[in-house]
Amino acid sequence: MAGVNTFEVVSPGILSTVQDLGRFGCARYGVAVSGALDGFAARAANLLVGNDENAAVVETTLMGLRIKVLRDTHVAVTGGDLQPRTGSGPLPMWRSLRVREGETLVFAGAASGLRSYLAVAGGIQVAAVMGSRSTNLASGFGGFEGRALRKGDVLAAEPVQDPFRLADRAIAPEAVPVYASPWRLRIVWGPQDDQFAEEGRRLFSTAAFSVSPDSDRTGIRLKGPVIARRPGLADSIISEGVLPGAIQVPGDGQPIIILGETASGGYRKIATVITADLALLGQITPGDEVFFQAVSMQAAVRALREMESQLEQFRRCWK
Amino acid sequence: MDPVETVGEAPRFRSMGDRGLLVELGEIIAPEVNRRVQQLMQQLERVRLAGVRELAPGYRSLLVVFDPLRIAADELKARITDICARPAAAGLPRAKLLTVPVFYGGDYGPDLQWVADHLRISADEVIRRHTGTIYRVYMIGFTPGYPYMGELPQSLAVPRRSTPRTRVPKGSVGIAQRQTGIYPVESPGGWQIIGWTPIELFEPRRSLPSLLEMGDRVKFEAVRPVEI
Repeated sequence: MAGVNTFEVVSPGILSTVQDLGRFGCARYGVAVSGALDGFAARAANLLVGNDENAAVVETTLMGLRIKVLRDTHVAVTGGDLQPRTGSGPLPMWRSLRVREGETLVFAGAASGLRSYLAVAGGIQVAAVMGSRSTNLASGFGGFEGRALRKGDVLAAEPVQDPFRLADRAIAPEAVPVYASPWRLRIVWGPQDDQFAEEGRRLFSTAAFSVSPDSDRTGIRLKGPVIARRPGLADSIISEGVLPGAIQVPGDGQPIIILGETASGGYRKIATVITADLALLGQITPGDEVFFQAVSMQAAVRALREMESQLEQFRRCWK
Repeated sequence: MDPVETVGEAPRFRSMGDRGLLVELGEIIAPEVNRRVQQLMQQLERVRLAGVRELAPGYRSLLVVFDPLRIAADELKARITDICARPAAAGLPRAKLLTVPVFYGGDYGPDLQWVADHLRISADEVIRRHTGTIYRVYMIGFTPGYPYMGELPQSLAVPRRSTPRTRVPKGSVGIAQRQTGIYPVESPGGWQIIGWTPIELFEPRRSLPSLLEMGDRVKFEAVRPVEI
């Protein structure tokens, strides 16, 4: 693979993978989108170090990643605050930083959020598989050798020509997302909200749900009041395509928010998290509390436009 | 070319959030409905609407994932309604017929005897019924390359396992209700496992990563492992 050796994994922590913004166009082969679960953080990290937004980054979960820097370069750390630090002290997040050969980046543990993103100028160089550098963990392809990072793995990046232009890029504190429980996730109803009992819909949009520890990159499993379907309907439906943010309700009435590793499913979806709130899903942690707030389709598209115009502002000021 | 050309009832739309449009083309699992899904997908691929990011076919629906800042949902619906109302310009590509060798029973198919007992027939009769039909691949899903195939003869319909297995080996051949499938990678699974095949269903680096595609046909053939 092209690029120059840049990072060595000293410890991979709980789960660290190489991801870009996802794999599109392969749903017909049963291939899920994968990709950075907090897409906003991954995009911001890439913009901070002068990359294309879709460049590959390291996504790390909860705690424990230790990475040794093999050459002087620029990095940015965004997403959940896993208390990143180097030997010389805490590593400021949401800004570009020069790191030196021999330094070790340590992600001590989550102070807020769940997943942190490490971008490097030039982007992590791994081969694209089916058009994406994201790791498909279930089937073992894409990303770094189709698997989670392990101790001793060496990641390469393409050297950049003029790194000084990256100095002092930072995201203003007011533009940094707040990751805090209780989460209020905006949803639009459907696709199968009409197949739930009235009381089920009422509970869904008012009750508190707690995030179960068996949540992972496939889905956020919630515990709360039973969301009942209309009487007389079977547990499951004929399988159909799904996308991240769709909220399925299996027979036990406990919702699951689908994340990046599922392409199809056979349960009813009562509602779908709006695209503008999708990035938050990557930061929801077991034990957190979640509420759903129904909004109109127009409000969902408006919120997405606001998010995109914020990213567009970053792009413009760092051109 | 497949001679079937279906024009007909208007699709039913359901929104899956602000960036997903589920287009339903029928209510049931049936080859005609599934062919309409295939046809709509083929036509959307041909017209390449700006802002459409992904097409995810199911048994009876097509999920269209789009960027709502590039194409409004209403416009997308109008374009799809229009496409569905016109006869297809071209037929569907010719479907493959693949014969899949299967080792039935024993360690290869740990649920074969349970299925036989449940149906009050012999294990050989289960094999005879499973190999006696040519199945249609309705969709690829669950895991990459996993073919959902049907329809299993009614006389072979069994429920899913009451407790799904956490690990089903790669290559396992399973049945559940009126469906049969093959696990392309080791994964959890709730279907009754009656056999195993050595064929590779999914190779990510191949230009066509999934061996089987929607619309293909599959016939199972019982083989005996060579004794060493």
